Amino acid sequence: MNKKNIIICRCEDVSLHDLHQVLSEGYTDFETIKRIIRVGMGPCQANTCGLLVQREIAKFLNIPLNQVPQQKVRPLISGVKMSSIVEASKDES
Amino acid sequence: MKANIVIIGGGIGGVSIAYNLAKKGMKDIVVLDDNYMTGGATGRCGAGVRQQWKSKMNCILAKKSVEFFEKAQEELGYHRDVEFKQEGYLIVATTKEEHEQFIKNVALQNSLGIPSKICTPKEAKKIVPHLNTKDVISAAFCNTDGHLNPFLMTDAYYVAAKRLGVTFFYKEKVLDIIVKDGKIDKVVTENKEIYTNKVVNAAGSYAKEIGDLAGVDIPVYSENHQILVTEPIETIQGPMVISFSKNIYCQQVPHGSFLMGRSDKNAAHDHDISSSHEFLDEMCKTAVDLLPPLANLRVVRSWGGSYNLSPDRQPIIGDTDQLEGYYMACGFSGHGFMFAPVTGDLLSDIILDLPSEIDKNYLHIDRFKNMKETDFETSVV
Repeated sequence: MNKKNIIICRCEDVSLHDLHQVLSEGYTDFETIKRIIRVGMGPCQANTCGLLVQREIAKFLNIPLNQVPQQKVRPLISGVKMSSIVEASKDES
Repeated sequence: MKANIVIIGGGIGGVSIAYNLAKKGMKDIVVLDDNYMTGGATGRCGAGVRQQWKSKMNCILAKKSVEFFEKAQEELGYHRDVEFKQEGYLIVATTKEEHEQFIKNVALQNSLGIPSKICTPKEAKKIVPHLNTKDVISAAFCNTDGHLNPFLMTDAYYVAAKRLGVTFFYKEKVLDIIVKDGKIDKVVTENKEIYTNKVVNAAGSYAKEIGDLAGVDIPVYSENHQILVTEPIETIQGPMVISFSKNIYCQQVPHGSFLMGRSDKNAAHDHDISSSHEFLDEMCKTAVDLLPPLANLRVVRSWGGSYNLSPDRQPIIGDTDQLEGYYMACGFSGHGFMFAPVTGDLLSDIILDLPSEIDKNYLHIDRFKNMKETDFETSVV
């Protein structure tokens, strides 16, 4: 199957081809790859692509999966509307 | 190993200095960074570039940097799009003092060739239709201000500098700078000893600590500034919208998401970069009040990053009489990303003893011995 048609990150529409391209340019850690091709930066925050990216890095570097660090997890846990945050903060005061 | 110069810090400042030194003919340049590329303040910044300042020097630095950004893609020969857009900064005045200050600022900016102007609330609403002008007295607008992707801009410099022979070591923490008989002898990292007699401190939020390693006292401190980003939507906002009085900057980046930040007056002077719910609450309240349609957007992520603040909120660029061969580019006070092109150009001129169009004394660390010679920058969120 054409690697351009295999989607790794659904949120940011990143293909396996894009991922292999950036790996071949010498960027082999999750944090740097994320910043260059945006894998894991969308609404699901790498819940879908995280393991896939980790596995491709492990394969590329020929190291065990558990030696590939995952990306830093940042708040929020899931997307929340700004209006909901404004409403909720009113209740607090 | 040996190097002609060691640059500590591989963020936008470090890569720009390395690129400019290499372009001007210097060999054996080494860049060290304890993190991954853009893991520090560069990758945490608000991604804006603006020329609307109160201080004349900041205006000059910003204008020269924007002139570089306009041709950066070509000059650096970068294979990805650095996402440069020039759709302006709209800075709204909500107090009489701000309104009067912006009139003075615009006059200064115009005298330096920066095409800013004062708008009425009605004109401001034409530029940003969803702007709530309830509290807006006037606004300053400059259409050549804009946005760049900080990760890709840094990578563009990095790739170009590598092509010119610069050596980079990321995830390589500097432990010590050894000084012998008043001269720099070597830089010691976790895995290496690099013999050199020239060091550049481009360490961003750790500038003070990297100064201390060599016994150079730099009057800067760091504090946490937080940002949040929303899900992407179709383009509805061209310019960055700022209010100093309401404490907000907010732009829609080319990707479609909205990126916004504000400062916390009570932030500790330290290296904290955590996210807080207080920020989330205040940020959302301010953004929804000033730009009401944003209420429907979901917040996807938030993060913190350090401003490295100098006493007059303007950068410190130059050498120092405290130690021969020691150079610094720090204290950018939240604007190191947008000033990076001119920083690299100017500091490389200083290091190579070349003439420069910019007054080197104005940005020198010695200015703080007599603070009244410089004007304090207040146009900071």
